[in-house]
Amino acid sequence: MSVLLSVDQVTKRFGGLAALEEVSLSVESGEIYGLIGPNGAGKTTLFNCMTGLYTVTSGAVRLDGAEVQALKPHQIVKRGFARTFQNIRLFANMSALENVMVGRHARTRANVLGAVLRCRKTRAEEAGIRERALELLNYVGLGGKSRGLASHLSYGDQRRLEIARALATEPKLLALDEPVAGMNPNERQQMGELFRKLREGGVTLLLIEHDVKLVMGLCDRVAVLDYGRKIAEGPAEEVRRDPAVIAAYLGGEA
Amino acid sequence: MDIFLQQLVNGLVLGSIYALVALGYTMVYGILELINFAHGEVTMIGAMVALSVIGVLMGAAPDLPGVMVVLAGILVAIPACMALAFGIEKVAYRPLRKAPRLAPLITAIGVSIILQNLAMLIWGRQYVSFPPLLPVARFEFLGAHISLLQIVIVVLAVTIMAGLWLLVEKSRLGRAMRATAQSKEVAELMGVNVDRVISATFIIGAAIAAIAGVMVSAYYGLAHYYMGFMLGLKAFSAAVLGGIGNIAGAMLGGLLLGVIEALGAGYIGDITGGFLGSHYQDVFAFFVLILVLVFRPSGLLGERVANRA
Amino acid sequence: MLDSLRRRPRLAFALLAVLLAALPFIMGFGLGNSWVRVLDFVLLYVLLAIGLNIVVGYAGLLDLGYIAFYALGAYLYAWLASPHFGLHLPFWVVLPIGAAFAGLFGVLLGAPTLRLRGDYLAIVTLGFGEIIRIFMNNLNAPFNLTNGPQGMNLIDPVSVAGFSFGKTLHIFGLSLPPTYFYYYLFLAFTLLAIFIALRLQDSRIGRAWAAIREDEVAAAAMGINTRNLKLLAFAMGASFGGLAGGLFAAFQGFISPESFTLWESILVLCMIVLGGMGNIPGVILGAVLLTMIPEALRYIGDLQRATLGHVVVDPSDLRMLLFGVALVGMMLFRPAGLLPSRQRKREFAAEDGVAEQEQASLYDAKA
Repeated sequence: MSVLLSVDQVTKRFGGLAALEEVSLSVESGEIYGLIGPNGAGKTTLFNCMTGLYTVTSGAVRLDGAEVQALKPHQIVKRGFARTFQNIRLFANMSALENVMVGRHARTRANVLGAVLRCRKTRAEEAGIRERALELLNYVGLGGKSRGLASHLSYGDQRRLEIARALATEPKLLALDEPVAGMNPNERQQMGELFRKLREGGVTLLLIEHDVKLVMGLCDRVAVLDYGRKIAEGPAEEVRRDPAVIAAYLGGEA
Repeated sequence: MDIFLQQLVNGLVLGSIYALVALGYTMVYGILELINFAHGEVTMIGAMVALSVIGVLMGAAPDLPGVMVVLAGILVAIPACMALAFGIEKVAYRPLRKAPRLAPLITAIGVSIILQNLAMLIWGRQYVSFPPLLPVARFEFLGAHISLLQIVIVVLAVTIMAGLWLLVEKSRLGRAMRATAQSKEVAELMGVNVDRVISATFIIGAAIAAIAGVMVSAYYGLAHYYMGFMLGLKAFSAAVLGGIGNIAGAMLGGLLLGVIEALGAGYIGDITGGFLGSHYQDVFAFFVLILVLVFRPSGLLGERVANRA
Repeated sequence: MLDSLRRRPRLAFALLAVLLAALPFIMGFGLGNSWVRVLDFVLLYVLLAIGLNIVVGYAGLLDLGYIAFYALGAYLYAWLASPHFGLHLPFWVVLPIGAAFAGLFGVLLGAPTLRLRGDYLAIVTLGFGEIIRIFMNNLNAPFNLTNGPQGMNLIDPVSVAGFSFGKTLHIFGLSLPPTYFYYYLFLAFTLLAIFIALRLQDSRIGRAWAAIREDEVAAAAMGINTRNLKLLAFAMGASFGGLAGGLFAAFQGFISPESFTLWESILVLCMIVLGGMGNIPGVILGAVLLTMIPEALRYIGDLQRATLGHVVVDPSDLRMLLFGVALVGMMLFRPAGLLPSRQRKREFAAEDGVAEQEQASLYDAKA
């Protein structure tokens, strides 16, 4: 397997406060990689650094070997790295279908002239966008809900819609920020199945999760962050027995 | 050299008035993240009300000393502006606190238009002149002329700023204001009556604006229904320059903008070889505003305000 | 009646076309030729409002200095087609240059400022509008570019194939003043603008704008280059404004800085807000209403003269006051406008929906 994403000595400071300190990790293509850690450990900060929302203070992020830490979010998406957000950021007043159609933006090209003249090429592209968006809605299990407003969907469906929207950008690597937060065990299990299906389809998954049990059951490898540092990385079974990890979790809860 | 000093003095006087008006913008922005577009108009109403009172008093009691007449004008203008600001907040802003961001800004513009046109209907389209009631003593200082009025304006402005500083830093209300600015939700949980704090913020800003309005009209010797617009914009620019939401920033920004404007107007002819003249004075505030927002949107003393993820 | 028309869109379309074609004659012979002039202005404002709607309604960028682009288009027309510099280029050359010129300024202003948050952008654009006006007012010395507050006059009227729009035409015993010809010219441009705006709205570009308006961060995470698309909206809006400005200059034959104050910007914004941000029919309705109402208000003056013997309140003084009241009232009571777009309706209804639900559950608890 080849390394798809590598994070190399990334440090992020806000003012004087270090949210991440020299974090390194690498995600191999085709795996499901879990990123866990107590609240405030810096998981989302790391996501934001990788996807171009934050600029790193120092260090490098490489996607397919090319440095991307200086790129803008939209450029990183074009290189095949999509994400979802912890606090779901859908386009609330657009329909589910429209949300996913927006996701096709990076992979389509119609410009102003094409849009105004609506030539054959634009019409074909537009039809393609709609078709692909409907397919993706079906794929994540929202087939019958394409016309409904995004904000009217149930919580779990909103998470699914966000994944469909991210998939519309044709990612090689999909980063999911707490995708099962607030779901019941049954829904969690369904989401787990969706993740496996995604992997079968060739998408590499990077997963921030709180729920250690889910991560351990699903992920090939896991990294643990605590206070902005990586304290462990490796196969789930090994990490689970790591004393530093146990201390971080027990210490955090005590 | 003496031109420089003279313009510096003029700039500081004008700047201290800008600073007073800027306080109103910055306090409201600090708490509500709302640009209270109508604040300039509140300032104008303050000047107009005071001038009306002064006019009536001069007719009714011609023997009263001029200073007393002006003082009476200010004392009526202050509560009038406070009531006005209280009403504006309650009617035009409060119902929209949870609406999309642009909604309250649009009502603010609406209120501004309403006040301006009401003022035009009440006080007419003409300039209202400020009667010569105040002593016109002048002093000379290193070749620059300073009038008594200028000194009074600066001293009064500094006193008000110091008072506001004390209020915000030391009083219970001030603490509640700072808590509300940090987070309305948390402040509410801590037992702060957020609605009342917001009302108080508007009222305090308006009281200061009333005084500033009288100062401006006394300084230029006239008032006009349109005066609040430019004054408001400049004060807002001053607040942004200092760092919006930051009270000390508003004071600094006001003084700085006044000086920039005065020196700019004094020297622009020389700098551009006569291409641009002093009638471009009003442009400086906008250039400062645009430059600050582009290069340092947090202002001189402010925190980051750029769009956060 | 309306229902049967809705079922037969072609017939409705044909009726509308006939109505639009006959409108100046209906107004001119029914109410007087001054109303044809009003119609011309209605069309100009529709054009302006459609342009501003791309910026404000589609992309969600509050632009309070929009009239500056109108001014740039108008002055450019005057420079290239008046005795001022002795240039007399034809309108079909000048108008596109004016639109491009205004669009270029849109990009120049937008590039550094579009990363600002919405309300800051509003103030910066307002400042820009004022700067442009102050320069127009003062650039008569040392080099006379704008003729200062006196403005520029004797601007060439539009002329097509040797036929000048500037003179009254006597034909078939009718005399048709220039306002009639300009009506059809403006109508053509306005229809073109409406067509462009509608096509853009329902396209990849329009969806990207809507996404930016809804959530800029999420839009960027979808691969949308938010800066470029915001610039595009800004530039397109500006060039519509520049086009309208050029038409205005040719129509009036005279321009001065007084026509381009902040209040004109706010007037156009009012049209959008009143009609329904983001929704083209709403925007058109807003522009029509706000241009016609002040004309109708003139009758209030006549009414006062008839009943009270003199004019107590000058109706033109009331105009802006009413606009202010309308802005506040609309935001408070019908924030999505008279004819809201589907999306805006939802946006503003969202809060109410939550509040209603909470209320409902409260009542349930009591019962």
